[in-house]
Amino acid sequence: MAESFDVIVVGGGPGGYVCAIRCAQLGLKTAVVERERLGGICLNWGCIPTKALLRSSEIWHLMHRLNEFGFSADNFKFDIEKIVARSRAVSQQLSNGVGFLMKKHKITVIAGEAKLAGKGKLSVTKDGKATDYTAKNIVLATGARARTLPNLEPDGKLIWTYREAMVPPSFPKSLLVVGSGAIGIEFASFYRTLGADVTVVEVLDRVLPVEDEEISAFAAKAFAKQGMKLKVGTTVTELKKGADNVTATLKAKDGKTESLTVDRVILAMGIVGNVENLGLEAAGIKVDRTHVVAGKYGETGVDGVWAIGDLVGAPWLAHKAMHEGVIVAEKIAGVKGVHPLNASNVPGCTYCWPQVASVGLTEAKAKETGRKIKVGRFPFIGNGKAIALGEADGLVKTVFDAETGELLGAHMVGAEVTELIHGYVVAKTGELTDQELAHTIFPHPTLSEMMHEAVLAADGAALHI
Amino acid sequence: MATNILMPALSPTMEEGKLARWLVKEGDTVKSGDILAEIETDKATMEFEAVDEGRIGKILVPEGSEGVKVNAPIAVLLGEGEKAGEVDISAAMKDIGAAVKAEAPKKAETAKPEAPKAEPAKAEAPKPEAPKAAPAPAAASQDGNRIFASPLARRIAASKGIDLAALAGSGPRGRIIKADVESAKPGTKPAAAAAPKGEAAGAGMAVAPLPDARLFYKPEDYEEIPHDSMRKAIAKRLTSAKTLIPHYYLSVDCDLSALMATREALNAAAPKNKEKQPAYKLSVNDFVMKASAMALMKHPDVNASWTETSILRHKHADVGVAVALDFGLITPIVFKAETKGLAEISNEVKALAARAKEKKLKPQEYEGGSFSVSNMGMFGIKNFTSIINPPQSCIVAVGAGEERAVVRNGKLEIATVMTITMSCDHRVVDGATGARFLQTLKRFIEEPASMLL
Repeated sequence: MAESFDVIVVGGGPGGYVCAIRCAQLGLKTAVVERERLGGICLNWGCIPTKALLRSSEIWHLMHRLNEFGFSADNFKFDIEKIVARSRAVSQQLSNGVGFLMKKHKITVIAGEAKLAGKGKLSVTKDGKATDYTAKNIVLATGARARTLPNLEPDGKLIWTYREAMVPPSFPKSLLVVGSGAIGIEFASFYRTLGADVTVVEVLDRVLPVEDEEISAFAAKAFAKQGMKLKVGTTVTELKKGADNVTATLKAKDGKTESLTVDRVILAMGIVGNVENLGLEAAGIKVDRTHVVAGKYGETGVDGVWAIGDLVGAPWLAHKAMHEGVIVAEKIAGVKGVHPLNASNVPGCTYCWPQVASVGLTEAKAKETGRKIKVGRFPFIGNGKAIALGEADGLVKTVFDAETGELLGAHMVGAEVTELIHGYVVAKTGELTDQELAHTIFPHPTLSEMMHEAVLAADGAALHI
Repeated sequence: MATNILMPALSPTMEEGKLARWLVKEGDTVKSGDILAEIETDKATMEFEAVDEGRIGKILVPEGSEGVKVNAPIAVLLGEGEKAGEVDISAAMKDIGAAVKAEAPKKAETAKPEAPKAEPAKAEAPKPEAPKAAPAPAAASQDGNRIFASPLARRIAASKGIDLAALAGSGPRGRIIKADVESAKPGTKPAAAAAPKGEAAGAGMAVAPLPDARLFYKPEDYEEIPHDSMRKAIAKRLTSAKTLIPHYYLSVDCDLSALMATREALNAAAPKNKEKQPAYKLSVNDFVMKASAMALMKHPDVNASWTETSILRHKHADVGVAVALDFGLITPIVFKAETKGLAEISNEVKALAARAKEKKLKPQEYEGGSFSVSNMGMFGIKNFTSIINPPQSCIVAVGAGEERAVVRNGKLEIATVMTITMSCDHRVVDGATGARFLQTLKRFIEEPASMLL
C-alpha cells in the first residue's frame, strides 16, 4: 500500500526543503522528493558555490593590491582546480547540512523523480522502478534551469551553462558571456578578476537591466575599468564550434555584425521553470509557457496541489522561494493570518565586484507611479570606512515618496552592499518612513552609515558630502 | 505515558464545578465512553465520559470537592504497563492547588492586540481548552493606550484624516499597516469627549466582556463572514456613541396633509428638460431635511456639539442623511442646508446617496455635520430610535407616513400621520430645549409654508 503523508514536497531546493521543515514544525507528516542532491540548484549549482568561487576571486583581487596595503610578495598564482574543489566542498557541506535538518525534523527524504498520478497521488521513479505515494497536499518546488535558444544551445564542453561554468576543467583564457543578468555578470566578474579576457553581450540597452539605471551605469563603468568588454543592444546570431574554441557572430542594434573567437561561451540568458514530466497537464494545473500559474498563497487552482519558487516565476530568488515555502506550509496547516509575499520587499543581490544590491522600485519606476518622489544619493568616497578599507568606489541611492516618506526603493553598488541592503529591507517591510530612518543611529565607522546619509540626502541634508 | 484527566467544561461559560461523585476508583481500567464521574454546576449535573483508554492511576480530587476549576487535573490516567506508584503527581497537585483556591477577583480583561486563537470549545469533548473570553483584535486597546500602527500607516492616516482607533490591523499582532489605512472607509475623527476608556462612565464598576459568540455554536452550523473595514468602523463608532452619550428620546406625530399637497404641487410644477426629466422630484424626506435645517436655525442650542470644556454652537445647519448600503450604512452631509431650497437639497441627497453606494464619498462629505435625519418610512416602520452620530448632538428618526385614526375636537377622523422620534444628547440639549425644537420641527413639517416666515 502506498505510504501516506500530510504533505509531499517535490524538490529539495531552498523552496522545497524550507517548506518541508515548516510543515514538520507545524506537526504535519512530511516527505521531500529529490532527484539529485538536497539543496537543489541553490546549494549545489547556484547561489552557494558561486559565492565560494567569488570569494576566491575577491582574494585574488586583493592579492594584486598587496603593495597598497604594505605587503610585498611575488610569484603568487592560482590553481583553478583547487578553487573549484573548495566551492564543491562548500556545496557538499551544505547539502549534508540539509540532510541533517531533514532528519532532525523527521522528514522522509525520497530519492527519485516525482510525477502527479491522480488526486492526492504521486508516483516516484528511481532507477527505472516506480513507487506510489499518497498525500493530502503536494507542493511542487521543482525549480528552474538555464534557458536555451535555437542557435544558442549548450554542449557541455565548449558552450557552457552555469553548471559547466562552475566547474571548469581548465581555466579559459577568453570567454563570451551571453546575458548580463546576475548569473552572467557574476561569472563574468569571477573569470575577469582571475585574468580571463571577458566579453559580455546583452540584448537590452544596459547591463544588469533589472537594476536602477544609475546603478547599472555605475557598475558598467566599473566593469569597463576592470577590462571587461560590454556590448549592449547586441545579440549572438551564431556560435560556430572549433576544435577547442568557439567563434561567435555578434549583431549590434544598427545591424553591424562582428566576429569574436573565444575559448568558451557561457549562456546566461535567463531561466525556465521545470514544468516537464510532472503530469501537470493531466492534473489540470495551469502552465504559462515556462512556469506554473499560482495564486498569492501558492494555490494552483487544483485542490491539494501547491507550487512555489522558481517554478512559479519571478523573482527567481532563493529567499523568495523560501518564503513562499513557509506561506504554503502555514496555509496547509491552517495557520490564521498568513500574509502573501510582498514582492516589492524582496531584495536582489549580485555578488560581482563591485557588488550590487537593491530592493523596491527603481527611480524610473517610482516616477512612473505618478507620485511625487525624492531621491537621495551618497557616494562611497564620502565614507570613512570605505576609504579605510580601500573600497571607495560605490553609490547608495534611496527613493522616497515625498509626501508620506515611504521608502519606495533603495539601490546600492560597492563593497559589501549585499550584506548592507537588509537594513533597507527591514525598514521597508516594517513600513518605517524617512523620518524613522533619519532618527536611527548607525554605528561609526561603518559602511552602513552611508545608508543613513543617503536618507538624509533625499532632503538635501546629507552631512558628509 | 501517564496523562492527567482534566476537569471538563460542560458548557462554554462554565468556569468551575463540583466533583459530585466518582464512578470509578483507582486501579479501574476505563475505555472511551465509560463514565468517570458526575460533575455538578449551578445549572445541572452532568456525566463526564472518558475519552482515552487506560487505568485510573490516582484520584486527585476527592468526591464532593467544590470549586474545582475547569482544566484542573482531577485524576491521573496510566498507559500500558505503568504503575501507579511510579507516576509523579507532584506537578499535577500543584496545578490543582492553584485551581481550587478561593475565588480570585476577576480582572477585567484588557483587549490584547493579539488575534485570538480561534479554537471554539467543542461541545462534546470532555477535555476542551478553557474558553477564552472577549475576542480581542482591535489594534487600539480599550484602556485608551497606544494604538499599534506602522509609522507609514500613521502618516497616511493623519494626512487623510482617518482615525486609527476606528481600524483593526492586519499586520503582526494586529498592527495597523499601510494596506489597512488605504482600504479604510474613514470613520470620523474622535468626538472631543472620546478616547473611550474601556470601563464606561460607570465609575469603578468593571463590566464583564461579552464571550465570543463562536463558543456557543458548532462550526458546522454557521458560516463565518470576516468583518470588512466598514463593519468594524460601524461597530466601534456606534458602540462608543451608545455607551458614552447619555441619550434620551422625544416623539411627535406629524400630520402630513399640508406637506403632501405642497409636495404634489411643487413636483407637478417642476420644469422638464429635453428628455422630459423633471428638474427635481421632492420626497417627504426632503421636506424633513429642510424643516430640520430651518428648525436648527431657530434653536441654535440644538445645533451644537459637546467637548470636555465647552459646547460648540454651529453657525450652519449641516444636516446628514442616513443612507443604507448593501454593506452597511453611511451618513453623507448636506452642508449649509438652511441656505438651500427643497430642490437643491433633494438633488444633493440623491447625488450623495448614489456616490455612497459606489463607495465614492470623500471623508469630508460624511464626517462632522451638526444634525442627522434617518428615515425608515420606506420599510413601513412606524417609529424607531436612532443612535446619535458623534460629534453631533441629535438625530431624528422618521417613520412611515400612514393613514391613522386620529381624534380631533372629540371627533374620530382619518389623517395621514408620520411619527418622528428625536434622540438627544442630554449633556448638550436639555429636555425642554429638545422639546421646543421638536415643536418647531413639527410645525415646519405640518405647515411647510411657515418655513417662509
